[in-house]
Amino acid sequence: MHIIKPGININFMGMRYYAFALSAILIIIGMVAFVIKGPNFGVDFKGGLMIQIKLTSPQDISKIREALNPVNLNVETIQSVKSIGKTDEAEYIIRAGQLEDNNKQKTLNNDITKALEASFGTGQAVQRLEMVGPQVGAELRNKALAAIFYSILLIAVYISGRFEQKWMISIIMAVCFIVVVLLGLSFGASMTWLILIAFITALVFCWALRLRYALSAFMSLIHDTLIVIGAFAVTNREISLTVVAAILTLIGYSLNDTIVTFDRIREHLRNTTGKKDLKEIANRSVNETLARTVLTSGTVFAVVVALYFLGGVVINDFAFAMLIGTITGVYSTIFIAAPCLFIWKDESVKRGKKG
Amino acid sequence: MSKNIGLRSAIFAVLTIVALVYLVPTFSKELPTWWSKVSILPQEKVKLGLDLQGGMQLVLQVEGEKALEAELERVADDIKDELRSEKIKYSDIKRNSANGIDLTFLSDQDVTSFETLKNSLYSEYDMVKGEKTENGQVVHLNMTQTAIKNLNKSWTEQAKETIRNRMDQYGLSEMLITTQVEKNQILIQMPGLKDSDRAISLIGATAQLEFKLVDEENSVEEALKGNIPAGDEILYLIEKDSKTGRTEKTPILLKKRTSLTGSYITDAKISLSQTKGYTVDLTLDKKGARIFENLTAANVNKRLAIVLDDVVVMAPNISEKIPSGKAEITGGFSSDEAEDLRIKLKAGALPADVTIQEQRSVGASLGQDSIDQGINAMILGGALVVLFMIVYYGFSGLIAVFALILNTVIIMAGLAAFGATLTLPGLAGMILTIGMAVDANVLIYERMREEMRIGKTLRAAVEAGYEKATICIFDSNLTTLITAVVLFQFGTGPVKGFAVTLTIGIIANFITAVYVTRVIFDYLVINLNWKKISI
Repeated sequence: MHIIKPGININFMGMRYYAFALSAILIIIGMVAFVIKGPNFGVDFKGGLMIQIKLTSPQDISKIREALNPVNLNVETIQSVKSIGKTDEAEYIIRAGQLEDNNKQKTLNNDITKALEASFGTGQAVQRLEMVGPQVGAELRNKALAAIFYSILLIAVYISGRFEQKWMISIIMAVCFIVVVLLGLSFGASMTWLILIAFITALVFCWALRLRYALSAFMSLIHDTLIVIGAFAVTNREISLTVVAAILTLIGYSLNDTIVTFDRIREHLRNTTGKKDLKEIANRSVNETLARTVLTSGTVFAVVVALYFLGGVVINDFAFAMLIGTITGVYSTIFIAAPCLFIWKDESVKRGKKG
Repeated sequence: MSKNIGLRSAIFAVLTIVALVYLVPTFSKELPTWWSKVSILPQEKVKLGLDLQGGMQLVLQVEGEKALEAELERVADDIKDELRSEKIKYSDIKRNSANGIDLTFLSDQDVTSFETLKNSLYSEYDMVKGEKTENGQVVHLNMTQTAIKNLNKSWTEQAKETIRNRMDQYGLSEMLITTQVEKNQILIQMPGLKDSDRAISLIGATAQLEFKLVDEENSVEEALKGNIPAGDEILYLIEKDSKTGRTEKTPILLKKRTSLTGSYITDAKISLSQTKGYTVDLTLDKKGARIFENLTAANVNKRLAIVLDDVVVMAPNISEKIPSGKAEITGGFSSDEAEDLRIKLKAGALPADVTIQEQRSVGASLGQDSIDQGINAMILGGALVVLFMIVYYGFSGLIAVFALILNTVIIMAGLAAFGATLTLPGLAGMILTIGMAVDANVLIYERMREEMRIGKTLRAAVEAGYEKATICIFDSNLTTLITAVVLFQFGTGPVKGFAVTLTIGIIANFITAVYVTRVIFDYLVINLNWKKISI
């Protein structure tokens, strides 16, 4: 059986400007939402309270808010989270700010249950309660940032070595990174700045040395990350520790497609004699690997959809990130990574031969 | 590659059997007795994280400041005694606000003799000469940073032991308690915990029990207006009516000095009587009993307050001298409250106050829901992938499905073998791996199709397909592996579980998808001499 016919030849590279425009629009929408609404960090990063309750019957959000009044929580939002197929039960997530009185914590579970039962009758339950104090919040934030930073660092080194087949250069790049980071640290730069610095160093490095494969891979992973973050902002979802894990995973996964396609391009460049048109070769390679790209992303998409719809409330944000990420992962390989290869018009032939 | 099919199949057969053996404890309700007797057989189930099992995790911060103040007060008293016995004259000793003690000496000679004393007895303090005042020479004793750090460290360790003691008495069978010494934090994980509020109040209470005399000469009313007599303090007696549950707060004027503390308690028991309800009966050790005897003898017909963490539990009248070293606490307790008080007094006080920095509790029902939903998602996702592979690649698809199932078995077995914890994101990672794992086979099969399209025989196509795809599979998995390793390093709890399953999944995937399926293909095209296969 075939979904994609062998010998298919869609002119993907010809569509690149439309694709760039589409990506730009999506990223701008996402980033505007992100900036206007402000980063919506979960309790892990921001600190405060997250309480998941299960009521015996659905209630108005305002009623729940009222019912919780005696507990004196600093309630920010209450959100209904329905898991599919369970219409009789009503689950809600309450988000609240830091408790002023640490002592209150000791009876929080019971206090909330009692307050809910006073309003809605017996059988109401607190299912999950997460409290993160300011110190731990800051710590988790730093850990997540460190994870992002080291992922970028390692992936950048790997990309420049692997995609360009020049491991010396990637070692130099690693040294560059370390120097820049040490400089940054000595000036007391925070993790956020270090990440930005790392990103810019990587891009500048690739640009200066004309590492076209590495630069293209970078562009596609920045693209994917921005789209996912934008999607979270637009849908009012929270960025939590698990979401960061999901984003890092899908960056790794999206590169997977890019590696397969780029390998094919390099293989063609090696085997072609005479005049080499990088654009034509890139297009042919994307077409040849299309079956594989669609297939494997299809299976990942299938399990992620299953996870999104059946996986339950707790894992829903994670599944959502993966869902968006799987789609953009395929899209960015075809429409971002491959077209970015011909940022520089000249030299294509020479480079191909070396690889 | 044509040789050794037998050897390679044997290796993978052994691998499969070992993996299955590791899963036996997880999937059997009860292990047969002979199994438990053979010690090389795995006995442990796959561990479930708190998010799947239900339970509570707490991060406590040991707040050393107040304890440090108390320590300095104690040392200041100690120094006074030493100075007296060494006959060194001083005009003032008091704790300062900068983690130190200020002393004022009358003559420089006294300062010199104090310095010798200090060097032998109080080496953890730095001595700095201060200004000369009309009272004499001021000397600052500052506790060194190392000493403060060490004190905090030992408080953290002590607090951990006390908390472990309390929870043991509470009857919690499984719990994990560790310290993060450099941050003065204690991490407690209590899987399967039912009543998280009760556990928190049991763990988080300092449980500093003090006996203080009530100041009968001065009036509370006057003190409440702000005229607190020197050496006195106001604390509140909180009484609860066990029937109505209403609490009543009464201010009491107490002597600040603590006559006796809970550190002398050797035993605490609960008894129930008609008149007093639940009481906690304390037994003091010999020294404590003597102090208690002297205290009661000297203060007959005065009131003695029993203070727990700055709240007066009761303030009974001393009717006679108590030589037995026994005391009882009543206060309209419920049976749970009495039991908790007993545990706290028996296990002893925390050396310093603790605050809760992080709490994550998950109800057992939500944990079970998460498992069920995860398994449902896994079954549906897995079914879609299996169906897809078989429809698309026919018999070859079936081989890939076999590899996929083996892959899942190895992940589970890996979790059991390494004693790793399966968390909800970990479960999601497993589901994700199912989707990603077929990628390797798709890469190989697409290659094989291409090779056959240009006219190669099946045998040559198998060879070429595996050859060309393997490097690509290895490389493309490496990026995911990089992120997985970084996440393992920096992730906490659930995310760590995700990183673990992802890592094991990627490695297992490489083994099953590349090597195990290769053996099957080789067997088919070489030993059985198949010329065609549905792919």
